[in-house]
Amino acid sequence: MHDDGPNAAGLKRDERRERLALLGLSAPALLLVFVTMVLPVGWLFALSFLADDATFSLEHYRRMLEQPSYGRTFVTTFKVSVFTTALCIGLGYPLAYALSQMSRRAAGLCLIAVLLPFWTSLLVRTYAWLVLLQRKGLINEWGIGLGWWDEPLALVHNLTGTLIGMVHIMLPFLVLPLLAAMRSIDADLLKAAANLGASPARAFRTVFLPLSLPGLLAGTLIVFILCLGFYVTPAVLGGGKVIMVSNHIANDIELFFNWGAASALGVVLLVLTLALLWAATRLLRLEQVLGGSHR
Amino acid sequence: MSWLDRAASDTQVTHRQRLWLYALAALVLAFLALPTLIVIPMSFSGSQYLEFPPREWSLRWYRNYLGSSSWMQATATSFQAGALTMLVATPLGTLAAYGLFASHLRAARWLHTLMLTPIIVPVILVAIGVFYVYVKIRLVNSLAGIVLAHSMLALPLVMLVVGSALKSFDMNQEMVARSLGASRARAFWTVTLPQIRFSLVSAALLSFLTSFDEVILALFIAGGNNSTLTRNMFNALRDQIDPTIAAISTLMIVVTTLGLLLAQFYGRKRD
Amino acid sequence: MTLRQRAAVPITLRGLRKRYGEVRALDDVDLDVRSGEFLTLLGPSGSGKTTLLMVLAGFIRPDQGRLLFGDDEVTRLPPHQRDIGMVFQNYALFPHMDVAANIAYPLKLRGIGGAEQQRRVEAALQTVQLAGYGARRIDQLSGGQRQRVALARAIVFEPRIVLMDEPLSALDKQLRERMQIELRQLHEQLGTTTIYVTHDQREALTMSDRVAVVNGGRIVQLDTPRALYEQPANRFVAEFIGESSLLPVQRDGDVWRCAGQAIAHSGAAPSGARACLLLRPERVRLLGAEGGEGLNVLPAQVSGIVYQGDSFLLQARLADGHAISLRGIAGAAVLDSLPAPAAAVRLGFAQADTVLLPDET
Repeated sequence: MHDDGPNAAGLKRDERRERLALLGLSAPALLLVFVTMVLPVGWLFALSFLADDATFSLEHYRRMLEQPSYGRTFVTTFKVSVFTTALCIGLGYPLAYALSQMSRRAAGLCLIAVLLPFWTSLLVRTYAWLVLLQRKGLINEWGIGLGWWDEPLALVHNLTGTLIGMVHIMLPFLVLPLLAAMRSIDADLLKAAANLGASPARAFRTVFLPLSLPGLLAGTLIVFILCLGFYVTPAVLGGGKVIMVSNHIANDIELFFNWGAASALGVVLLVLTLALLWAATRLLRLEQVLGGSHR
Repeated sequence: MSWLDRAASDTQVTHRQRLWLYALAALVLAFLALPTLIVIPMSFSGSQYLEFPPREWSLRWYRNYLGSSSWMQATATSFQAGALTMLVATPLGTLAAYGLFASHLRAARWLHTLMLTPIIVPVILVAIGVFYVYVKIRLVNSLAGIVLAHSMLALPLVMLVVGSALKSFDMNQEMVARSLGASRARAFWTVTLPQIRFSLVSAALLSFLTSFDEVILALFIAGGNNSTLTRNMFNALRDQIDPTIAAISTLMIVVTTLGLLLAQFYGRKRD
Repeated sequence: MTLRQRAAVPITLRGLRKRYGEVRALDDVDLDVRSGEFLTLLGPSGSGKTTLLMVLAGFIRPDQGRLLFGDDEVTRLPPHQRDIGMVFQNYALFPHMDVAANIAYPLKLRGIGGAEQQRRVEAALQTVQLAGYGARRIDQLSGGQRQRVALARAIVFEPRIVLMDEPLSALDKQLRERMQIELRQLHEQLGTTTIYVTHDQREALTMSDRVAVVNGGRIVQLDTPRALYEQPANRFVAEFIGESSLLPVQRDGDVWRCAGQAIAHSGAAPSGARACLLLRPERVRLLGAEGGEGLNVLPAQVSGIVYQGDSFLLQARLADGHAISLRGIAGAAVLDSLPAPAAAVRLGFAQADTVLLPDET
């Protein structure tokens, strides 16, 4: 008694219906993302190719190559991002390493010092640096008071202040994934290296460091990508002198109502971000890169 | 043998040899933690500038904040937006995470990536795009508009948190529940949901904070009567350094710390 | 007070197929399970036995085929409407509920509450010998106790069928053997049709009315434990169940020869010029220089002797180089008189203990 016909078709229908129903659970969320993000960004993408008279034109992109202000913006953005990332690595790697070597309890306590600023509002932290770095701020008062320098240093409303603020914001984004990667390194490997005759420095250089590189790479990419698109800190601590891509976009809208220029610049930023992410997924898994939250 | 001479690592390096590392780490930790705390004594200082220690203590900045209708209005808006974002993003994100997780379709992976795009796309681009669309559909400067946009930003976080909770959850339990007579929905509600509730609480808190702290979108679409706290603060920072901001900042630090403690406490309760 | 017995139902499977890409997880499976029977699906991992169980439960949809519980066609019914009780390998107890709440869960779903619910939960606990454990939390229970709670939860609502997916593999050996007997007794008490999945052949032989040996998505042989052991249908079943020596034999006119010697065999011989002779090690005897009347005798050379506590294993090679094993009870006298390695010995086995299997080379 072999029946194939009826059940085969029916079973397939049941399967498809169930799968669609489950996908349907994500429909409201998908709709939200589509309406509030895909559609607007798509619109902007189209806008970047339209001239004022609504004809197809590449003038907005051409302007980016011609006008020197764009060149300056790109250079500034690149400078800030590279310096911030480098400083984060220089400060963050030793910190992560020290934390990874502590007991879980001690590290947990120290991590509070990392997590608390991480969760504190961006504006609050930026304001705190404004207070500390201004001409009559804490740092200058102490420096002059202790005789380290005579004239108040210009620590804010310039590149220096911006960098300090950015490093402060970005450090946790580097330290947290890096720490996770370091903690997953098998302790037995270092014991084996020592056993085989490696000095502590050598064991670190040849075993620990290479194994920590994926985590470092993930953290570095997150930081760099976040720096590229950052807005608040350069706006407040840069005093109008540090214009990164996002500030330039905002200015184009707020001051010049130039939607074409702003969207073209935005598209360039997006393409750059996607290219970096694509490169990251070649080297790492996507989950590692998207571990942190976005501000 | 003092602590300094004891081995600190598997390669038998002593603590003494690592003192430079500990000092550096301590400095970096101080760099991270202390600046934020500076804001707290500043908020109680009587003068316009920070003196350490403050010459006179005063509550005038708090009074200034609590007495100003515009600041209070903005605070109310921020809390409202945060709460509503939490109420929108958490269920939507949870359902989406569950649906994509359980459907086992290849399309699910693409949709999952699509849902994560709000983290990838630069916020400034999204901000001006949303502003452009909102102007056209008259949603600018409205609470609904803010909540929708913030929920979109919070969705990926909810999905990541709930998604990882589902991945480490023993789905056999749902299977057993269904074999015992529960429909999928009932099994999810009575068996799965109670056990991932810590992640749900985390996701909800994350959604709230995402909305509460959000600046860039607010700058463009949260104006007029529905201006948020962050937007007002940002404008105040650019214009002049008003110490009222110190008072507001202190309060925000308290809110954040409370939120973190709540999340930790709730998490511990489960164990 | 124990649970009522419900009328048991038979299970019918017809033409079940399931493919994952190129792999045929279920390859046209037909099976008839009798009412109240304890049937075990036995096979190595990847054989399809768990897939079959999941199809029975409704968690995997077959590509085609029919599934009937009694007279009801359940092929397209979702799992929660099939009225089955299921026990998993890792128990899958709900940690956020106590023991009583776990067991009451299916009753609540069926709208059975209050005093009746309590009565049934107590009855179930008593049936699995955990009376009074209702208020305990899951993490306070041992492995064996957890398995019993899982069992109680699966039978409290008197399902018409019980499915078990390797429920004892997470337990240690002693506990496992005790639970095997208890499960068997429970089955006899309740009489529910039960399908049991395992990869442990000993477990299958101990507990089942019949065993279906599964491999490559097909049921290779369906028989009582004794028939499987004594008359395996092919080489796979012979090797999977119990220990075996498999020796190639050739047909020579009317007679079969193994390593040149004529063998008297019992049972049907396969067609063809070649076959495989199955010998169970415990049915092979060590003969002296004389003796072995009425037995098949093969000369061999000892290659090794392994002492295993309650028995010993003697490994030898026949004249044609093939390996043969002998298992004997280890008594003091026997152990002292074992041959030395490389010694020449005579091995004997009865005609009734021979099985000829089809040649599969």
